[in-house]
Amino acid sequence: MKDIRFEGVGKAFPTRQGGEFVALRDITLTVAEREFVAVVGPSGSGKTTLMRMAAGLDHPTHGTVRVGGREVTGPGPDRAVVFQQFALFPWKTVRENIAFGLRCKGTPRARQEEVVARYLRLMSMEGTEDRFPHQLSGGMQQRVAIARSYAIEPDVLLMDEPFGALDAQTRTVMQEELIRLSRHEPRTVLFITHAVEEAVYLADRVVVLARNPGRLREIVDIRPTREAEDWSARPIDEVMDLPSFNHLRTHVWRLLRDQIRPDD
Amino acid sequence: MARVTLSGRPPGPIELLGLSALGTVAFFGGWQLLAASGAVSPQTLPTPDAVLATAWRMLMEPFAGHTLPEHLLASLGRFALGFGLAALAGVPLGLAMGRWRLLDDIVSPIFEALRFVAPLAWVPFAALWFGTGIGGPVMVIFAGAFPPCLINAYRGARLVETRLVEAAQTLGAGGLRIMAEVLLPGALPSIVAGLRVSAGLAWQSLIGAELIVASAGIGYLMVQGQSNLAPAIVMAGMLAVGLVGLLIDVALRRIERWVRARWGETP
Repeated sequence: MKDIRFEGVGKAFPTRQGGEFVALRDITLTVAEREFVAVVGPSGSGKTTLMRMAAGLDHPTHGTVRVGGREVTGPGPDRAVVFQQFALFPWKTVRENIAFGLRCKGTPRARQEEVVARYLRLMSMEGTEDRFPHQLSGGMQQRVAIARSYAIEPDVLLMDEPFGALDAQTRTVMQEELIRLSRHEPRTVLFITHAVEEAVYLADRVVVLARNPGRLREIVDIRPTREAEDWSARPIDEVMDLPSFNHLRTHVWRLLRDQIRPDD
Repeated sequence: MARVTLSGRPPGPIELLGLSALGTVAFFGGWQLLAASGAVSPQTLPTPDAVLATAWRMLMEPFAGHTLPEHLLASLGRFALGFGLAALAGVPLGLAMGRWRLLDDIVSPIFEALRFVAPLAWVPFAALWFGTGIGGPVMVIFAGAFPPCLINAYRGARLVETRLVEAAQTLGAGGLRIMAEVLLPGALPSIVAGLRVSAGLAWQSLIGAELIVASAGIGYLMVQGQSNLAPAIVMAGMLAVGLVGLLIDVALRRIERWVRARWGETP
């Protein structure tokens, strides 16, 4: 099973005053195999911490995170991460960046070339393989980062606000591309974002977090509507015009707004 | 603060050339005047042309067993060996210390204490342990060249963005691969700057070491010149040291610029 299971997960940091700051409390959540789950929450609700614990880059102080049944103890290529700031290796070309994880695995060279070519095609960026990241636009860089993560065929994909650094237009294009990619290659995805629209458009389920301390507020099921109206096959602007989409978006948005008190 | 210039603007290439020539002519002119005036004896201060003539003669005629180029070659060999060893040891250790806090905590105290021991202070032990041929001087150079290699690799590694290391980890890279493919290229501009400082220190330490231990080399040549009461030979040696040091620095400066152009431009 290529699923992600948070079992009573909590994360607390000691504060300088000798107290404890609770970033996340008692999160129990399962992302099923091939399910796309988006996590939204106000800043300070611990959504990035949640993702980093699944990646093994942070460690829970309570409970356990399991991926594919195995307890997460550190980072590993079964859980690829797409970072907000792309995190491409600036001294490596597009080809070398995408192939990096494959080289770590010891994949034969010919096979590496095949995989790189395949993702360049899927992400419509043929002809850029010998460029360096700084020669690409932000959108193109994030495509490379996504291709680099998909290329190692991880059990699960963890995305930390991957489109957060992009301009609005590029962002829309990338959302569409990601839907297309997920149709070609369905994977288990945990997607962190603060954009409600993006979450509703991309996900099967949207997890809404509350803050102080970070905890589960509600899980909104998008999938029945998505499948009934076949969102994945339609252009993004059309989907975002649907009454059902607007209804879900408003629902999630209200859940978030209720937490934002005037003293914030 | 803006520095004062002749024209109020930064000097152009021709102005710069003229100013450099002015300094050089003033230096050699003053030296020539002082030496030729008879105020100091030629045994104390030979004239520049005597030094040049001596250097020219030594290109062919051996002194202290070897010609000037042979002495120079012996020095350069030791330099390359000592500097190379320092880079090979210092850079990986610095990178590893930047990556693993534990190693940093273990090595730092002893390193911080030892690096203030002047390279020349190692000479007695260097001679005792490694002899006066190749080994002794090489160890002294190593002592001079090692700290900047380590420090700059360490600082460079600490400045590599955490997310790049994390990205490599999540893609399945192990410790060695992260060092070689993330920390090393990320720290390269800093490392190359360190290598340049290190080369300068290595070359200086080398001549110092050869003054005491060696059976060939520029420093040895200078000591022999002194004991033969031939100041022109000593100064010819100094001239060679200065010129070669300058050449080494110019070469490394070019490499440094190239690396910055190639690696420095991250978005």
